[in-house]
Amino acid sequence: MTEVVTENQPRRTSPPMLSFQSLTVAYTGSPVIDELNLDIQDGAVVALLGANGAGKSTLLRTASGLLAPRAGRVQLDGQDLTSVAVENRVRLGLAQVPEGRSVVTELSVDENLHLGGLWRYRDRSDRNAAVDQMYEMFEPLWRRRMSLGHELSGGERQMLSLARALISEPRVLLLDEPSLGLAPRVVAQLMTLLRETADRTGLTVLLAEQNVTSALSIADRGVVLGLGEIVVDAPAADLAADPALRQAYLGF
Amino acid sequence: METFVFLFATGVSRGLVIALFALSLVIIWRAARIINFAQAAMAIVAVFVAFTVVGLTGSYWAGLIAALATGALLGAIIERGLIRRVPHVTPLPGMIVAIGLVMVLQAGLGILFGPEHRPVQAPFSESPFVVAGIPVLSPYDLFVLVVALAVLVGLGLLFNRSTLGLQLRASAVAPEVSRLLGVRVPRMVTIGWMLSASVAALAALLLVPTELGLSAHSADILFVQAFTVAVLGGLDSPIGALLGGLIVGVLITMVTGYLGAGYAPLAVLALLTAVLLIRPGGIFALKEARTA
Repeated sequence: MTEVVTENQPRRTSPPMLSFQSLTVAYTGSPVIDELNLDIQDGAVVALLGANGAGKSTLLRTASGLLAPRAGRVQLDGQDLTSVAVENRVRLGLAQVPEGRSVVTELSVDENLHLGGLWRYRDRSDRNAAVDQMYEMFEPLWRRRMSLGHELSGGERQMLSLARALISEPRVLLLDEPSLGLAPRVVAQLMTLLRETADRTGLTVLLAEQNVTSALSIADRGVVLGLGEIVVDAPAADLAADPALRQAYLGF
Repeated sequence: METFVFLFATGVSRGLVIALFALSLVIIWRAARIINFAQAAMAIVAVFVAFTVVGLTGSYWAGLIAALATGALLGAIIERGLIRRVPHVTPLPGMIVAIGLVMVLQAGLGILFGPEHRPVQAPFSESPFVVAGIPVLSPYDLFVLVVALAVLVGLGLLFNRSTLGLQLRASAVAPEVSRLLGVRVPRMVTIGWMLSASVAALAALLLVPTELGLSAHSADILFVQAFTVAVLGGLDSPIGALLGGLIVGVLITMVTGYLGAGYAPLAVLALLTAVLLIRPGGIFALKEARTA
Protein backbone atom coordinates (compact mmCIF):
# COMPACT_ATOMS: atom_id res chain seq x y z
CA MET A 1 0.00 0.00 0.00
CA THR A 2 1.46 3.34 -0.99
CA GLU A 3 0.82 6.32 1.21
CA VAL A 4 0.02 9.53 -0.57
CA VAL A 5 1.23 12.62 1.20
CA THR A 6 1.26 15.88 -0.67
CA GLU A 7 3.83 18.55 0.05
CA ASN A 8 1.51 21.14 1.52
CA GLN A 9 -0.10 18.71 3.96
CA PRO A 10 2.65 17.51 6.27
CA ARG A 11 1.41 14.36 8.03
CA ARG A 12 3.13 14.94 11.35
CA THR A 13 1.57 18.27 12.28
CA SER A 14 -2.10 17.66 11.50
CA PRO A 15 -4.09 14.44 11.77
CA PRO A 16 -5.73 13.08 8.61
CA MET A 17 -9.22 14.50 8.02
CA LEU A 18 -10.72 11.01 7.91
CA SER A 19 -8.97 7.94 9.22
CA PHE A 20 -9.94 4.27 9.38
CA GLN A 21 -7.82 2.33 11.84
CA SER A 22 -7.68 -1.48 11.91
CA LEU A 23 -11.34 -1.41 10.95
CA THR A 24 -13.21 -4.70 10.86
CA VAL A 25 -16.90 -4.79 9.93
CA ALA A 26 -19.10 -7.86 9.71
CA TYR A 27 -22.84 -8.37 9.27
CA THR A 28 -22.81 -12.01 10.35
CA GLY A 29 -19.89 -14.43 10.26
CA SER A 30 -16.88 -13.49 8.17
CA PRO A 31 -15.94 -9.82 7.93
CA VAL A 32 -16.87 -7.63 4.95
CA ILE A 33 -14.12 -5.17 5.90
CA ASP A 34 -11.02 -6.80 7.38
CA GLU A 35 -8.40 -4.90 9.42
CA LEU A 36 -8.55 -1.94 7.05
CA ASN A 37 -6.30 1.11 7.47
CA LEU A 38 -6.89 4.23 5.41
CA ASP A 39 -5.97 7.88 5.97
CA ILE A 40 -7.49 10.67 3.92
CA GLN A 41 -5.90 14.11 4.07
CA ASP A 42 -7.79 17.37 4.36
CA GLY A 43 -9.14 18.53 1.02
CA ALA A 44 -8.40 15.32 -0.87
CA VAL A 45 -10.87 13.80 -3.32
CA VAL A 46 -10.48 10.03 -3.05
CA ALA A 47 -12.16 7.53 -5.38
CA LEU A 48 -13.10 4.31 -3.63
CA LEU A 49 -13.24 1.62 -6.30
CA GLY A 50 -13.87 -2.09 -6.46
CA ALA A 51 -16.35 -4.68 -7.61
CA ASN A 52 -19.83 -5.15 -6.21
CA GLY A 53 -19.51 -6.65 -2.75
CA ALA A 54 -15.96 -5.40 -2.22
CA GLY A 55 -17.13 -3.45 0.83
CA LYS A 56 -17.37 0.11 -0.50
CA SER A 57 -20.85 0.85 0.84
CA THR A 58 -20.04 -0.96 4.07
CA LEU A 59 -17.02 1.29 4.60
CA LEU A 60 -19.06 4.46 4.00
CA ARG A 61 -21.93 3.29 6.21
CA THR A 62 -19.46 2.54 8.99
CA ALA A 63 -17.93 5.99 8.63
CA SER A 64 -21.31 7.69 8.97
CA GLY A 65 -22.28 5.45 11.88
CA LEU A 66 -25.12 3.52 10.24
CA LEU A 67 -23.05 0.38 10.88
CA ALA A 68 -21.00 -0.31 13.99
CA PRO A 69 -17.58 -1.87 13.45
CA ARG A 70 -16.71 -5.17 15.08
CA ALA A 71 -13.22 -3.82 15.79
CA GLY A 72 -11.09 -0.78 15.06
CA ARG A 73 -12.26 2.79 14.76
CA VAL A 74 -13.04 5.77 12.58
CA GLN A 75 -11.55 9.19 13.33
CA LEU A 76 -12.59 12.56 12.00
CA ASP A 77 -9.83 15.16 12.20
CA GLY A 78 -8.28 13.26 15.09
CA GLN A 79 -11.55 12.74 16.98
CA ASP A 80 -12.65 9.16 17.66
CA LEU A 81 -16.22 8.68 16.37
CA THR A 82 -16.91 5.32 18.02
CA SER A 83 -19.44 6.63 20.54
CA VAL A 84 -20.84 9.42 18.36
CA ALA A 85 -24.39 8.76 17.04
CA VAL A 86 -25.21 9.12 13.34
CA GLU A 87 -27.14 12.36 13.82
CA ASN A 88 -24.22 13.88 15.75
CA ARG A 89 -21.53 12.86 13.25
CA VAL A 90 -23.12 15.18 10.71
CA ARG A 91 -22.84 17.96 13.31
CA LEU A 92 -19.09 17.34 13.41
CA GLY A 93 -18.94 17.88 9.65
CA LEU A 94 -19.25 14.36 8.29
CA ALA A 95 -22.03 14.13 5.70
CA GLN A 96 -23.13 11.11 3.72
CA VAL A 97 -25.16 10.86 0.54
CA PRO A 98 -26.30 7.24 0.66
CA GLU A 99 -26.81 5.03 -2.36
CA GLY A 100 -30.02 5.21 -4.35
CA ARG A 101 -30.86 8.93 -4.50
CA SER A 102 -31.92 9.36 -0.95
CA VAL A 103 -34.42 12.14 -1.57
CA VAL A 104 -37.36 12.06 0.86
CA THR A 105 -39.95 11.45 -1.83
CA GLU A 106 -42.95 12.76 0.14
CA LEU A 107 -41.29 16.13 0.71
CA SER A 108 -40.81 18.88 -1.84
CA VAL A 109 -37.40 19.90 -3.15
CA ASP A 110 -37.54 22.97 -0.94
CA GLU A 111 -38.46 20.92 2.15
CA ASN A 112 -35.67 18.44 1.44
CA LEU A 113 -33.15 21.29 1.34
CA HIS A 114 -34.51 22.88 4.51
CA LEU A 115 -34.34 19.52 6.25
CA GLY A 116 -30.64 19.30 5.34
CA GLY A 117 -29.97 22.74 6.77
CA LEU A 118 -32.10 22.51 9.93
CA TRP A 119 -29.43 21.69 12.50
CA ARG A 120 -26.92 24.03 10.92
CA TYR A 121 -29.03 27.18 10.62
CA ARG A 122 -31.32 27.71 13.60
CA ASP A 123 -32.35 31.09 12.28
CA ARG A 124 -34.90 30.87 9.50
CA SER A 125 -33.47 33.70 7.41
CA ASP A 126 -29.98 32.15 7.57
CA ARG A 127 -31.47 28.88 6.41
CA ASN A 128 -33.36 30.54 3.59
CA ALA A 129 -30.13 32.18 2.45
CA ALA A 130 -28.32 28.83 2.48
CA VAL A 131 -31.15 27.21 0.50
CA ASP A 132 -31.01 30.05 -2.04
CA GLN A 133 -27.29 29.52 -2.38
CA MET A 134 -27.92 25.87 -3.24
CA TYR A 135 -30.44 26.95 -5.90
CA GLU A 136 -27.72 29.14 -7.39
CA MET A 137 -25.32 26.20 -7.49
CA PHE A 138 -27.88 23.71 -8.72
CA GLU A 139 -30.05 25.77 -11.05
CA PRO A 140 -32.34 22.96 -12.27
CA LEU A 141 -33.52 22.50 -8.67
CA TRP A 142 -34.86 26.07 -8.52
CA ARG A 143 -37.38 25.37 -11.27
CA ARG A 144 -38.46 22.22 -9.43
CA ARG A 145 -38.49 23.66 -5.91
CA MET A 146 -42.17 22.98 -5.25
CA SER A 147 -42.15 19.50 -6.84
CA LEU A 148 -42.32 16.47 -4.60
CA GLY A 149 -39.28 14.18 -4.48
CA HIS A 150 -41.00 11.38 -6.35
CA GLU A 151 -41.73 13.68 -9.29
CA LEU A 152 -38.04 14.30 -9.99
CA SER A 153 -35.87 12.57 -12.59
CA GLY A 154 -32.94 10.44 -11.50
CA GLY A 155 -30.46 13.21 -12.22
CA GLU A 156 -32.52 15.79 -10.35
CA ARG A 157 -32.78 13.50 -7.36
CA GLN A 158 -29.05 12.95 -7.25
CA MET A 159 -28.49 16.68 -7.57
CA LEU A 160 -30.91 17.29 -4.69
CA SER A 161 -29.23 14.66 -2.50
CA LEU A 162 -25.89 16.34 -3.12
CA ALA A 163 -27.21 19.86 -2.52
CA ARG A 164 -28.95 18.70 0.66
CA ALA A 165 -25.68 17.31 1.98
CA LEU A 166 -23.66 20.38 0.98
CA ILE A 167 -26.06 22.89 2.53
CA SER A 168 -24.73 22.12 6.01
CA GLU A 169 -21.18 22.96 4.83
CA PRO A 170 -19.62 19.60 5.78
CA ARG A 171 -15.87 19.06 6.06
CA VAL A 172 -16.07 15.53 4.71
CA LEU A 173 -18.54 14.22 2.14
CA LEU A 174 -19.14 10.50 1.70
CA LEU A 175 -20.80 9.69 -1.62
CA ASP A 176 -22.12 6.26 -2.46
CA GLU A 177 -22.48 5.52 -6.19
CA PRO A 178 -23.85 8.90 -7.28
CA SER A 179 -23.62 7.90 -10.96
CA LEU A 180 -25.83 4.83 -10.59
CA GLY A 181 -28.51 4.76 -13.29
CA LEU A 182 -27.72 8.23 -14.64
CA ALA A 183 -27.05 9.20 -18.27
CA PRO A 184 -23.33 9.77 -19.02
CA ARG A 185 -23.91 13.48 -19.67
CA VAL A 186 -25.58 13.89 -16.28
CA VAL A 187 -22.78 11.96 -14.59
CA ALA A 188 -20.16 14.22 -16.17
CA GLN A 189 -22.08 17.32 -14.99
CA LEU A 190 -22.35 15.96 -11.47
CA MET A 191 -18.67 15.03 -11.25
CA THR A 192 -17.58 18.46 -12.49
CA LEU A 193 -19.81 20.13 -9.92
CA LEU A 194 -18.36 17.95 -7.20
CA ARG A 195 -14.77 18.74 -8.13
CA GLU A 196 -15.50 22.46 -8.37
CA THR A 197 -17.14 22.41 -4.95
CA ALA A 198 -14.20 20.54 -3.44
CA ASP A 199 -11.72 23.02 -4.97
CA ARG A 200 -13.70 26.04 -3.87
CA THR A 201 -14.50 24.95 -0.32
CA GLY A 202 -11.64 22.62 0.57
CA LEU A 203 -14.15 19.80 1.08
CA THR A 204 -12.71 16.32 1.59
CA VAL A 205 -14.51 13.72 -0.54
CA LEU A 206 -14.63 9.94 -0.34
CA LEU A 207 -16.40 8.83 -3.51
CA ALA A 208 -17.44 5.19 -3.86
CA GLU A 209 -18.04 4.43 -7.52
CA GLN A 210 -18.47 1.58 -9.98
CA ASN A 211 -18.02 4.12 -12.74
CA VAL A 212 -14.21 4.03 -12.55
CA THR A 213 -13.45 6.42 -15.39
CA SER A 214 -15.71 9.20 -14.09
CA ALA A 215 -14.50 8.81 -10.54
CA LEU A 216 -10.80 8.83 -11.44
CA SER A 217 -11.33 11.83 -13.72
CA ILE A 218 -12.01 14.08 -10.74
CA ALA A 219 -10.13 12.26 -7.95
CA ASP A 220 -6.65 12.97 -6.59
CA ARG A 221 -6.23 9.44 -5.42
CA GLY A 222 -7.73 6.03 -6.17
CA VAL A 223 -8.17 3.30 -3.59
CA VAL A 224 -9.24 -0.11 -4.84
CA LEU A 225 -11.02 -2.44 -2.41
CA GLY A 226 -11.09 -6.18 -2.96
CA LEU A 227 -12.95 -8.41 -0.52
CA GLY A 228 -12.65 -5.93 2.32
CA GLU A 229 -8.98 -5.10 1.90
CA ILE A 230 -7.13 -2.35 0.09
CA VAL A 231 -5.44 -3.88 -2.96
CA VAL A 232 -4.25 -0.70 -4.65
CA ASP A 233 -3.74 2.83 -3.34
CA ALA A 234 -2.27 5.19 -5.90
CA PRO A 235 -2.60 8.67 -7.40
CA ALA A 236 -5.71 8.76 -9.58
CA ALA A 237 -3.78 9.84 -12.65
CA ASP A 238 -1.44 6.84 -12.35
CA LEU A 239 -4.36 4.46 -11.94
CA ALA A 240 -6.15 5.88 -14.93
CA ALA A 241 -3.00 5.83 -17.09
CA ASP A 242 -1.53 2.44 -16.21
CA PRO A 243 -3.19 -0.26 -18.36
CA ALA A 244 -1.65 -3.09 -16.31
CA LEU A 245 -3.05 -1.74 -13.04
CA ARG A 246 -6.43 -1.11 -14.59
CA GLN A 247 -6.53 -4.55 -16.14
CA ALA A 248 -5.48 -6.30 -12.94
CA TYR A 249 -7.73 -4.54 -10.45
CA LEU A 250 -10.48 -2.77 -12.29
CA GLY A 251 -11.06 -5.19 -15.17
CA PHE A 252 -10.92 -2.91 -18.18
CA MET B 1 -86.21 16.03 7.14
CA GLU B 2 -86.01 17.20 10.75
CA THR B 3 -84.63 13.87 11.82
CA PHE B 4 -82.14 13.95 8.98
CA VAL B 5 -80.78 17.39 9.88
CA PHE B 6 -80.46 16.45 13.54
CA LEU B 7 -78.79 13.13 12.79
CA PHE B 8 -76.45 14.68 10.25
CA ALA B 9 -75.31 17.46 12.59
CA THR B 10 -74.84 15.04 15.47
CA GLY B 11 -73.04 12.67 13.12
CA VAL B 12 -70.56 15.36 12.08
CA SER B 13 -69.79 16.17 15.69
CA ARG B 14 -69.42 12.49 16.55
CA GLY B 15 -67.41 11.94 13.35
CA LEU B 16 -64.89 14.60 14.27
CA VAL B 17 -64.22 12.84 17.59
CA ILE B 18 -63.69 9.56 15.73
CA ALA B 19 -61.51 11.45 13.24
CA LEU B 20 -59.39 12.84 16.09
CA PHE B 21 -58.88 9.38 17.53
CA ALA B 22 -58.16 7.92 14.08
CA LEU B 23 -55.67 10.72 13.50
CA SER B 24 -53.91 9.76 16.72
CA LEU B 25 -53.54 6.22 15.33
CA VAL B 26 -52.20 7.64 12.06
CA ILE B 27 -49.65 9.81 13.91
CA ILE B 28 -48.31 6.82 15.83
CA TRP B 29 -48.32 4.62 12.74
CA ARG B 30 -46.32 7.20 10.83
CA ALA B 31 -43.89 7.79 13.69
CA ALA B 32 -43.29 4.20 14.76
CA ARG B 33 -44.98 1.86 12.26
CA ILE B 34 -47.07 0.42 15.07
CA ILE B 35 -50.83 0.11 15.36
CA ASN B 36 -51.17 1.05 18.99
CA PHE B 37 -53.83 -1.25 20.35
CA ALA B 38 -53.30 0.34 23.78
CA GLN B 39 -54.43 3.76 22.52
CA ALA B 40 -57.93 3.50 24.04
CA ALA B 41 -56.70 2.24 27.40
CA MET B 42 -54.05 4.98 27.56
CA ALA B 43 -56.64 7.60 26.64
CA ILE B 44 -59.04 6.39 29.33
CA VAL B 45 -56.30 6.56 31.98
CA ALA B 46 -55.85 10.21 30.99
CA VAL B 47 -59.62 10.80 31.19
CA PHE B 48 -59.74 9.29 34.71
CA VAL B 49 -56.97 11.68 35.71
CA ALA B 50 -58.85 14.53 34.04
CA PHE B 51 -62.11 13.91 35.90
CA THR B 52 -60.23 13.45 39.16
CA VAL B 53 -58.77 16.91 38.53
CA VAL B 54 -62.24 18.24 37.67
CA GLY B 55 -63.50 16.77 40.96
CA LEU B 56 -60.69 18.41 42.92
CA THR B 57 -60.67 21.83 41.25
CA GLY B 58 -64.22 22.09 39.98
CA SER B 59 -62.85 23.34 36.68
CA TYR B 60 -63.51 21.45 33.42
CA TRP B 61 -60.70 23.38 31.75
CA ALA B 62 -58.16 22.24 34.33
CA GLY B 63 -59.36 18.70 33.61
CA LEU B 64 -58.95 19.20 29.86
CA ILE B 65 -55.37 20.38 30.31
CA ALA B 66 -54.73 17.48 32.70
CA ALA B 67 -56.00 15.02 30.04
CA LEU B 68 -53.66 16.46 27.40
CA ALA B 69 -50.68 16.48 29.78
CA THR B 70 -51.35 12.97 31.11
CA GLY B 71 -51.71 11.69 27.54
CA ALA B 72 -48.36 13.21 26.53
CA LEU B 73 -46.65 11.91 29.66
CA LEU B 74 -48.06 8.40 29.22
CA GLY B 75 -47.04 8.43 25.55
CA ALA B 76 -43.46 9.35 26.45
CA ILE B 77 -43.20 6.82 29.29
CA ILE B 78 -44.65 3.96 27.24
CA GLU B 79 -42.51 4.70 24.18
CA ARG B 80 -39.24 5.21 26.08
CA GLY B 81 -39.81 2.59 28.75
CA LEU B 82 -41.54 -0.14 26.83
CA ILE B 83 -42.01 0.03 23.06
CA ARG B 84 -38.44 1.20 22.33
CA ARG B 85 -37.12 -1.92 24.03
CA VAL B 86 -39.21 -4.26 21.88
CA PRO B 87 -37.49 -5.66 18.77
CA HIS B 88 -38.61 -3.83 15.61
CA VAL B 89 -37.79 -6.44 12.96
CA THR B 90 -41.52 -6.93 12.38
CA PRO B 91 -44.48 -4.87 13.66
CA LEU B 92 -45.85 -7.90 15.52
CA PRO B 93 -43.87 -7.78 18.81
CA GLY B 94 -44.80 -4.11 19.33
CA MET B 95 -48.48 -4.82 18.75
CA ILE B 96 -48.48 -7.77 21.14
CA VAL B 97 -46.80 -5.67 23.84
CA ALA B 98 -49.47 -3.01 23.23
CA ILE B 99 -52.24 -5.58 23.71
CA GLY B 100 -50.58 -6.68 26.96
CA LEU B 101 -50.50 -3.06 28.01
CA VAL B 102 -54.28 -2.79 27.47
CA MET B 103 -54.81 -5.57 30.01
CA VAL B 104 -52.44 -4.00 32.54
CA LEU B 105 -53.96 -0.51 32.24
CA GLN B 106 -57.60 -1.65 32.28
CA ALA B 107 -56.98 -4.02 35.19
CA GLY B 108 -55.21 -1.20 37.05
CA LEU B 109 -58.17 1.14 36.49
CA GLY B 110 -60.55 -1.62 37.62
CA ILE B 111 -58.61 -2.10 40.85
CA LEU B 112 -58.43 1.65 41.56
CA PHE B 113 -61.87 2.82 40.47
CA GLY B 114 -64.06 -0.30 40.35
CA PRO B 115 -66.06 -1.71 37.45
CA GLU B 116 -69.06 0.67 37.44
CA HIS B 117 -69.74 3.47 34.94
CA ARG B 118 -69.24 6.79 36.66
CA PRO B 119 -71.62 9.49 35.46
CA VAL B 120 -69.79 12.41 33.91
CA GLN B 121 -71.13 15.93 33.55
CA ALA B 122 -70.61 17.69 30.21
CA PRO B 123 -69.39 21.29 30.53
CA PHE B 124 -72.26 22.51 28.32
CA SER B 125 -75.91 21.54 27.92
CA GLU B 126 -76.66 18.45 25.88
CA SER B 127 -80.18 19.44 24.85
CA PRO B 128 -80.21 20.64 21.24
CA PHE B 129 -80.73 24.15 19.91
CA VAL B 130 -83.96 24.40 17.97
CA VAL B 131 -83.77 26.34 14.69
CA ALA B 132 -87.09 26.98 12.94
CA GLY B 133 -88.69 24.15 14.81
CA ILE B 134 -85.93 21.71 13.91
CA PRO B 135 -83.59 20.44 16.66
CA VAL B 136 -80.04 20.83 15.35
CA LEU B 137 -77.04 20.59 17.66
CA SER B 138 -76.61 20.69 21.39
CA PRO B 139 -74.24 23.31 22.82
CA TYR B 140 -71.97 20.43 23.84
CA ASP B 141 -71.96 19.06 20.28
CA LEU B 142 -70.98 22.53 19.10
CA PHE B 143 -68.19 22.66 21.67
CA VAL B 144 -66.91 19.26 20.49
CA LEU B 145 -67.09 20.43 16.90
CA VAL B 146 -65.09 23.59 17.59
CA VAL B 147 -62.43 21.88 19.72
CA ALA B 148 -61.98 19.01 17.26
CA LEU B 149 -61.71 21.37 14.30
CA ALA B 150 -59.24 23.61 16.15
CA VAL B 151 -57.05 20.61 17.01
CA LEU B 152 -57.21 19.28 13.44
CA VAL B 153 -56.20 22.67 12.02
CA GLY B 154 -53.48 23.01 14.67
CA LEU B 155 -52.06 19.60 13.82
CA GLY B 156 -52.18 20.44 10.11
CA LEU B 157 -50.17 23.61 10.74
CA LEU B 158 -47.75 21.81 13.04
CA PHE B 159 -47.00 19.08 10.51
CA ASN B 160 -46.93 21.23 7.39
CA ARG B 161 -45.69 24.64 8.49
CA SER B 162 -43.21 24.08 11.33
CA THR B 163 -39.66 22.75 11.36
CA LEU B 164 -40.71 20.21 14.01
CA GLY B 165 -43.39 18.98 11.61
CA LEU B 166 -40.88 18.76 8.78
CA GLN B 167 -38.66 16.58 10.95
CA LEU B 168 -41.61 14.46 12.10
CA ARG B 169 -42.70 13.83 8.50
CA ALA B 170 -39.18 13.08 7.29
CA SER B 171 -38.44 10.69 10.18
CA ALA B 172 -41.72 8.90 9.51
CA VAL B 173 -41.01 8.01 5.91
CA ALA B 174 -37.20 8.02 5.78
CA PRO B 175 -35.67 7.46 9.22
CA GLU B 176 -32.19 6.53 8.01
CA VAL B 177 -31.80 9.47 5.63
CA SER B 178 -33.21 11.78 8.31
CA ARG B 179 -30.55 10.66 10.79
CA LEU B 180 -27.86 11.29 8.19
CA LEU B 181 -29.21 14.84 7.91
CA GLY B 182 -28.92 15.36 11.64
CA VAL B 183 -32.55 14.81 12.60
CA ARG B 184 -32.80 13.25 16.07
CA VAL B 185 -35.11 10.48 14.92
CA PRO B 186 -35.48 8.70 18.30
CA ARG B 187 -36.65 12.01 19.78
CA MET B 188 -39.11 12.45 16.89
CA VAL B 189 -40.56 9.01 17.63
CA THR B 190 -41.10 9.98 21.27
CA ILE B 191 -42.70 13.28 20.25
CA GLY B 192 -44.95 11.36 17.86
CA TRP B 193 -46.13 9.13 20.72
CA MET B 194 -46.69 12.13 23.00
CA LEU B 195 -48.72 14.00 20.37
CA SER B 196 -50.69 10.92 19.48
CA ALA B 197 -51.54 9.95 23.05
CA SER B 198 -52.51 13.54 23.82
CA VAL B 199 -54.88 13.74 20.86
CA ALA B 200 -56.40 10.35 21.76
CA ALA B 201 -56.92 11.50 25.36
CA LEU B 202 -58.73 14.60 24.11
CA ALA B 203 -60.96 12.54 21.81
CA ALA B 204 -61.89 10.21 24.68
CA LEU B 205 -62.51 13.17 27.00
CA LEU B 206 -64.89 14.72 24.45
CA LEU B 207 -66.69 11.43 23.89
CA VAL B 208 -67.28 10.23 27.45
CA PRO B 209 -70.08 12.68 28.45
CA THR B 210 -72.18 11.54 25.46
CA GLU B 211 -71.80 7.87 26.35
CA LEU B 212 -72.90 5.77 29.33
CA GLY B 213 -70.25 7.31 31.55
CA LEU B 214 -66.67 6.69 32.52
CA SER B 215 -65.29 3.18 32.95
CA ALA B 216 -62.07 1.42 32.01
CA HIS B 217 -63.76 0.32 28.77
CA SER B 218 -65.39 3.62 27.76
CA ALA B 219 -63.13 4.17 24.74
CA ASP B 220 -63.09 0.60 23.43
CA ILE B 221 -65.84 1.17 20.86
CA LEU B 222 -64.22 4.47 19.89
CA PHE B 223 -61.01 2.55 19.20
CA VAL B 224 -62.82 0.04 16.98
CA GLN B 225 -64.53 2.83 15.03
CA ALA B 226 -61.33 4.87 14.72
CA PHE B 227 -59.33 1.82 13.71
CA THR B 228 -61.91 1.18 10.98
CA VAL B 229 -61.54 4.79 9.90
CA ALA B 230 -57.74 4.63 9.89
CA VAL B 231 -57.84 1.51 7.72
CA LEU B 232 -60.51 3.12 5.50
CA GLY B 233 -58.53 6.27 4.99
CA GLY B 234 -55.14 4.60 4.76
CA LEU B 235 -52.97 4.44 7.87
CA ASP B 236 -50.53 6.93 6.36
CA SER B 237 -53.10 9.56 5.49
CA PRO B 238 -54.17 12.32 7.92
CA ILE B 239 -56.73 13.59 5.38
CA GLY B 240 -58.07 10.05 5.11
CA ALA B 241 -58.52 9.95 8.89
CA LEU B 242 -60.50 13.21 8.83
CA LEU B 243 -62.80 12.30 5.94
CA GLY B 244 -63.12 8.68 7.06
CA GLY B 245 -64.07 9.87 10.57
CA LEU B 246 -66.80 12.13 9.20
CA ILE B 247 -68.18 9.35 6.97
CA VAL B 248 -68.24 6.79 9.78
CA GLY B 249 -69.65 9.29 12.30
CA VAL B 250 -72.54 10.25 10.02
CA LEU B 251 -73.11 6.61 9.05
CA ILE B 252 -73.33 5.54 12.71
CA THR B 253 -75.82 8.23 13.71
CA MET B 254 -77.94 7.74 10.56
CA VAL B 255 -78.14 3.97 11.01
CA THR B 256 -78.79 4.37 14.74
CA GLY B 257 -81.47 6.99 14.12
CA TYR B 258 -83.33 5.26 11.29
CA LEU B 259 -82.73 1.56 11.95
CA GLY B 260 -81.76 1.28 15.61
CA ALA B 261 -78.54 1.27 17.59
CA GLY B 262 -78.02 -2.46 17.12
CA TYR B 263 -77.37 -2.01 13.40
CA ALA B 264 -74.65 0.66 13.73
CA PRO B 265 -71.68 -1.69 14.38
CA LEU B 266 -72.88 -3.89 11.50
CA ALA B 267 -72.96 -0.89 9.16
CA VAL B 268 -69.41 0.08 10.16
CA LEU B 269 -68.15 -3.46 9.58
CA ALA B 270 -69.98 -3.67 6.23
CA LEU B 271 -68.28 -0.44 5.17
CA LEU B 272 -64.89 -1.76 6.29
CA THR B 273 -65.40 -5.00 4.36
CA ALA B 274 -66.45 -3.14 1.23
CA VAL B 275 -63.42 -0.85 1.31
CA LEU B 276 -61.02 -3.70 1.98
CA LEU B 277 -62.46 -5.57 -1.00
CA ILE B 278 -62.25 -2.60 -3.35
CA ARG B 279 -59.15 -0.77 -2.10
CA PRO B 280 -57.18 -2.89 0.38
CA GLY B 281 -54.66 -0.13 1.02
CA GLY B 282 -57.35 2.32 2.11
CA ILE B 283 -59.12 4.99 0.11
CA PHE B 284 -56.53 7.70 0.59
CA ALA B 285 -53.48 5.47 1.04
CA LEU B 286 -50.12 6.60 -0.18
CA LYS B 287 -47.72 3.97 -1.36
CA GLU B 288 -46.94 1.66 1.53
CA ALA B 289 -43.15 1.37 1.29
CA ARG B 290 -40.77 3.51 3.27
CA THR B 291 -37.92 5.03 1.34
CA ALA B 292 -35.41 4.07 4.08
